[in-house]
Amino acid sequence: MEKVLEVKNIEKYYGNKSNLTKAIDNISFTIEKGEFVGIMGASGSGKTTLLNCISTIDRVTAGKIIINNQDITRLKGNNLNKFRREELGFIFQDFNLLDTLTAYENIALALTIQKVKPKEIEERVQEIAKKLEITDILNKYPYQISGGQKQRVASARAIITNPKLVLADEPTGALDSKSARQLLESFENLNQKLSATILMVTHDSFTASYASRILFIKDGKIFNELIKGESTRKEFFEKIIEVQTLLGGELGDVI
Amino acid sequence: MLFKLSIKNMRKTIKDFAIYFLTLVLGVAIFYMFNSLDSQEAMMQVSSSTRELIKLMITMLGFVSVFVAVILGLLIVYANNFLINRRKKEFGTYMMLGMSKGQISRILLIETIFVGIISLIVGLVIGVFASQFMSVLVGKLFAADMSKFEFVFSKDACIKTCIYFAVMYIAVMIFNTFTISRYKLINLLNASKKNEQIKIKNLWVCILVFIIGVVILGYAYYKVTGGVNELSTADTILPIILMGIVGTILVFWSVSGFILKLVQLRKNIYLKDVNMFVLRQLHNKINTTVVSMSIICLMLFMTITILSSALSLNNTMRKDLEDTTPVDLNLYKTANLPENEKMSKAQIEDSRKTMVQSLEDNGFDMTKLKDVVEIPIYATNELTWRDTLSPVYDEVKQQFPNLLYETAEEIVKVSDYNKIARLYGNIEYQLKDDEYIILCDFDNMKNLRNKALKADSTITIAGKEYKSKYDECQNGYIYMAGSHINNGIVLVPDSCNLTEDMKEETFLAANYNATTEEEKEEIEKICTGETETEFSKNLNEKDITIDGMTKIAIIESSLGVSTIVLFIAIYLGIIFLIASSAILALKQLTESSDNKQRYAILRKIGADEKMINGALFKQIGIFFLMPLILAIIHSIFGIQFVMTMMSVLADAKELLPSAIATAVIIGVIYGAYFMATYLGSKNIIKEAE
Repeated sequence: MEKVLEVKNIEKYYGNKSNLTKAIDNISFTIEKGEFVGIMGASGSGKTTLLNCISTIDRVTAGKIIINNQDITRLKGNNLNKFRREELGFIFQDFNLLDTLTAYENIALALTIQKVKPKEIEERVQEIAKKLEITDILNKYPYQISGGQKQRVASARAIITNPKLVLADEPTGALDSKSARQLLESFENLNQKLSATILMVTHDSFTASYASRILFIKDGKIFNELIKGESTRKEFFEKIIEVQTLLGGELGDVI
Repeated sequence: MLFKLSIKNMRKTIKDFAIYFLTLVLGVAIFYMFNSLDSQEAMMQVSSSTRELIKLMITMLGFVSVFVAVILGLLIVYANNFLINRRKKEFGTYMMLGMSKGQISRILLIETIFVGIISLIVGLVIGVFASQFMSVLVGKLFAADMSKFEFVFSKDACIKTCIYFAVMYIAVMIFNTFTISRYKLINLLNASKKNEQIKIKNLWVCILVFIIGVVILGYAYYKVTGGVNELSTADTILPIILMGIVGTILVFWSVSGFILKLVQLRKNIYLKDVNMFVLRQLHNKINTTVVSMSIICLMLFMTITILSSALSLNNTMRKDLEDTTPVDLNLYKTANLPENEKMSKAQIEDSRKTMVQSLEDNGFDMTKLKDVVEIPIYATNELTWRDTLSPVYDEVKQQFPNLLYETAEEIVKVSDYNKIARLYGNIEYQLKDDEYIILCDFDNMKNLRNKALKADSTITIAGKEYKSKYDECQNGYIYMAGSHINNGIVLVPDSCNLTEDMKEETFLAANYNATTEEEKEEIEKICTGETETEFSKNLNEKDITIDGMTKIAIIESSLGVSTIVLFIAIYLGIIFLIASSAILALKQLTESSDNKQRYAILRKIGADEKMINGALFKQIGIFFLMPLILAIIHSIFGIQFVMTMMSVLADAKELLPSAIATAVIIGVIYGAYFMATYLGSKNIIKEAE
């Protein structure tokens, strides 16, 4: 299988000499094309820092991050922006939809930034909307639609540029359980039918159970790894709970 | 403790304060400048008539200053209100920590005093220096001797400025206390969480409203230009002004929707780069700022109209003066003084002489003059105003009972007049033996005379009847003046039997035999007797009166009026300009927290910095341009209206320099605010979340 993401011995320090915090302490892993990987960990475990480093928003202190055969830790300025908009897709906890634009326009914006031809934009938006079942709400504004619908619009925006890797940061964090389930089902859909590679950060076991593989992070290190394999989602969910129990009392308040 | 907090707050929010501070400083500086004009030493050096004018100007500026203070006061309260709104969360935190509303008010009080004092000091310092340049300008306009220029500090203006601004700051404090007392803790804490309902208007309604607005404006435009003759009283103008305001509001209410729809139809533009985002951003924001946009537009409209009307009025007056003062010097003296005891022998003798003779005999150096033309002016009791107005006398008498109807008409032979006309560059006339012409360019008198001429133009001079060649007065004059005030001169054919005893005055027109202004002024002083010469001594000894009028004197006194108008216009214009720019800038900056989030999203989905800055530039640029463009369109018609009302016929050529000058003034101030806003906003959206 083709490697989409390769993280090699990355470290990220905050603070100064006298008061050093290791947010990421020597993490390495790889993600292959078409994988749906979840990263779990408590608040402060370093999972968001890890995501920020992969998404090029933050810089690592040491190590390499290779996406699509390109070491992104060496990219700078506009190359970085170019890389980000062409190779990555983002889904955020709070949707980050522009409230002044309609759903259609929010999705189209990702393409106009890449200077895609107007005619093509129209086709591609309609196509992705159909797949995510949001065709009906395309002409509505974010304030007119539900949280689940918003997140699906955001997913459409993330996926429409055909990114190598979709990064999702707590995508169900702001959703009720029904919307969360719908969203995760559409993630599964994206992953299986469009073979999108998804890296999702979450602290919610139920959300994580939709992934095919889960990395547990604690104190900046990879603590454990779970692979769904042939097990059902229910079995996988129970395994996740087990690991979380193992992770110790600090995680007790997470769920 | 509170004091420390206040100072720290200000240092932290210095960027937000920048525009507020800038506006305060500019306000103080301009206020001082225009109120300190009188104390400039150079002002004392001008002639007494000019000094009177300057006094008048200062009185008027005093009145205008009250008005200006009100505007500045409102502006400051407005700006301050924006700052407070931005700090809601901060106040919320204080209250969470147990601070009372009184204590928060006190923090604001300290801040207001602090900012007030600093801005007063900085503004005054700038004002003092700027007023030095200003008085150089004033001196030039009033032709004062600038060699005695001194650096001056006006205590009166300083005190006045301090008092006025202190009152404004007190108003701000009261307003702040009032605002704080109405706050609720929960709202303060949640202030940063936007739950602003975005109301998106139906685009078709927008288009309809836009068309209605344009039609209303078009009708108002037509009324003030094409249909201007129907407008005479305030009653008729008021509806037009209302129409203008309503039209402006409607246009701003709908313009963004209209443009949005228009661009949406052109997918190639709409789906290019971040155009979509910029347009939506505008559409969203303009919705919430219709009223302030309209106010800004109207203020800019006033600025442009006031500035360019005043400038071109000034230009036109100067040009008019060029027309009415074609030569350097007019001299006239009474001819044929009667021989009685009151007159000395020398006086009577002199009155029999021609002007040139008299000048030479009294020791005037005739080589100082060139282009000398001398003519006699006749008058006789046979022909008075009553006679020339006789066909309509009863009617006119009723209307103007105090007119001096027994005044004898001034009669001039047509060949004599033509000599003067040739020198002045005016039209020359030809007459048959039984014809005459009345020259008159003073409008009120002209109307009366025209009525009479149309009814029956027959007059009798020395037993012979004459008829008017034209059925109305012709343009022309003999005596120079600041404007067209010739009451009437009767031109008769040379064959007319005008006897020597009818000679009323001898009149001389000439130019100074000099090339430079300095030489001219020297000759001027000899003629007016300011410089002691043999000539002035002789005249004094013999008590001979020679009246005169000079180009320099006329220009000096006439320009005073237009200069006052110009000064007040610049004063008001700049204040309006500052006010509208500041409001726009504040609006943009304070709303940038919303934008910050939106631009952050743009960045997150991968837009380049260049693209983001471009979008920001476009957005702010369009925001600044929109009211300006409408204001310019308004003022194209507004200026024409002012010109018609002032009955100044200014053609496009004359308006152009004033328009350019106005554009420069507006460009500098408006542009500075625009740049400050853009850079400030750029900084804000760059800040990390």
